[in-house]
Amino acid sequence: MIRYIGNRAIALIPILLGVSAAAFLLIHLLPGDPATVFLGEHATPESIARVQHEFGLDRPLPVQYGVYLWHAIRGDFGDSLETHRQVIVEFLPRCPATIELSLGAITVALLVGIPIGLLSATKPNSIFDRIGMAVALAGVSLPVFWLGLMLVYIFSVYFHTLPTSGQIGIDYSLLAITHIDVLDGLLTGNLPAAWDALRHLILPSITLASYSTAIIARMTRASMKDALHQDYIRTARAKGMAGWGVIIGHGLRNALLPVITVIGLQVGSLLTGAILTETIFSWPGVGRFMYDSILFRDYPVILAGILLFSLVFVLVNLCVDVLYAFLDPRIRYA
Amino acid sequence: MLSSTPESATRSLTTHPVMRRSDRSALRMALRRFWRNGNAKTGFFLIALFALIAVFGPKIAPEGFDEENLSGRLNPPTQLHWFGTDELGRDVLSRVIYGARISMTVGLVAVSGALATGSLLGITAGYGGGIVDGAIMRVMDVMLAFPSVILAIGIVAMRGPGLNNTILAVSIVNIPVYARVARASTLSIKEHEYVTAARAIGARGWRVLLRAILPNAASPLVVQATLGVAGAILDAAALGFLGLGAQPPAPEWGVMLSDSYKYLLTAFWAALAPGAAIAIVVLSFNLAGDGLHDALDPRLSGSF
Repeated sequence: MIRYIGNRAIALIPILLGVSAAAFLLIHLLPGDPATVFLGEHATPESIARVQHEFGLDRPLPVQYGVYLWHAIRGDFGDSLETHRQVIVEFLPRCPATIELSLGAITVALLVGIPIGLLSATKPNSIFDRIGMAVALAGVSLPVFWLGLMLVYIFSVYFHTLPTSGQIGIDYSLLAITHIDVLDGLLTGNLPAAWDALRHLILPSITLASYSTAIIARMTRASMKDALHQDYIRTARAKGMAGWGVIIGHGLRNALLPVITVIGLQVGSLLTGAILTETIFSWPGVGRFMYDSILFRDYPVILAGILLFSLVFVLVNLCVDVLYAFLDPRIRYA
Repeated sequence: MLSSTPESATRSLTTHPVMRRSDRSALRMALRRFWRNGNAKTGFFLIALFALIAVFGPKIAPEGFDEENLSGRLNPPTQLHWFGTDELGRDVLSRVIYGARISMTVGLVAVSGALATGSLLGITAGYGGGIVDGAIMRVMDVMLAFPSVILAIGIVAMRGPGLNNTILAVSIVNIPVYARVARASTLSIKEHEYVTAARAIGARGWRVLLRAILPNAASPLVVQATLGVAGAILDAAALGFLGLGAQPPAPEWGVMLSDSYKYLLTAFWAALAPGAAIAIVVLSFNLAGDGLHDALDPRLSGSF
């Protein structure tokens, strides 16, 4: 098992090198000189040359890439053009909010997606199947940002049941332990604050989860239909096991394996969706920060954001592969 | 041998009901399956409807997309303005109609670019094998390591915002998808006898690729491309919403949403119509794509 993990991790190194090189080339090979961007259109040639030297832009490209990579490995992605603080210092405090939102979204996606897929597969062509697949189709077709706006309109503006934006009401103060507000509220026994944080979390989580819910529902349905046709299901039924016992205990347990891989791939859409969702709900996370940086054309932040998002994406998928191998020994020994 | 077959025997064979079935080409059967699928038909008609709206937009739109009327800002839907007016008093319906042109163009152009580049790279990798395969597919792996919209944001952020760069970016990030599909089909197709036959009669490499392999690898690519248009329209709208795509006052649906969401509390209709338009177009391409998938590969039907 350890060898398998090691092999998978080593295989990631060229991918990560490629990702960093591609992101680096995005800045340097495309038209537009970073020094001119930094100084503005009307900069003198002397000041451009000075800035180019300061940032090492007059050195050969491979050297520049080497230097950039060396700094990036140690967490130094340069300074933000807007705040003039280190990019990593800007990113880290915003991570817990994004993690909270992502966990919320994954919870919604699993709690809604798997039961929909399960019901659709066990009762094909029934009303459950039709409604389930309609929900799944809507999930992949609705633009995340529009769904968020409409949910805000319906639940916050029209019914006044849930807050429109933010992570927690201003009346509440929390002792930060994990920086994930709902968890902190529970851990410190501050239940009203935890409840308020949870209320703030509901709409953004549903919005962010919509696409993943749909994909998970479709995958569960397909994989469950496949599993229910296997011989071991017939054997279990022949032994006299009750209907749902077979479906959950024998069917779902095997059908969930491919679903796990899909969940890993969903992290990509969660990260992308986070930028849009956090913008709409003024959620103080990494995605919202990326949006502000895009508006400000804060290139070091955008580049670092792209690299960090890709790193998270690749690492989560490594974890998923390992988990898959752990759950299914056939992969490990293949 | 053939000449020795009695003429009467050939005639009876071709009129025999069993043999007549072979007249039905695979394509025609696939089309029939597609047509029998209600969802797919709905998708097809909706796409046709939006295509017509896109083509005849300027003729059917009640007003121009940039006709401002500051005394009639953020008016609710009326008989004059079916979908209301936006923050500059422009008719939302007209802007949504003009927006169909942009979104349909972005979707089709971006996917065509990605499809052409990706399938060429894919069949080259699959047919070439060895170093060619390794080099192409490692680059594709790197591109797939980026979450797709994040890479698109990077490309547009670096090149500068605008519709053309959006199309370019959405196109580039979709290349690996088609490359993978094309490569997978090529790997199985190149073992078939007709490929060996084509090579045996002296066809050059590119001719084998384009005439023998590509047409047979086409059906999964067509399915992927149809679903891809839906994804491309969504991605382009997201870029527009983030301020990286088409620039105001262009009536791009994502831009309209990002302009109008600040007024959600007072005028939700300005955000309702453009978002619903995106959802319907994307839905129709998804329906048609799923239908094509089931029609072209009946063994897999019902897997979605």
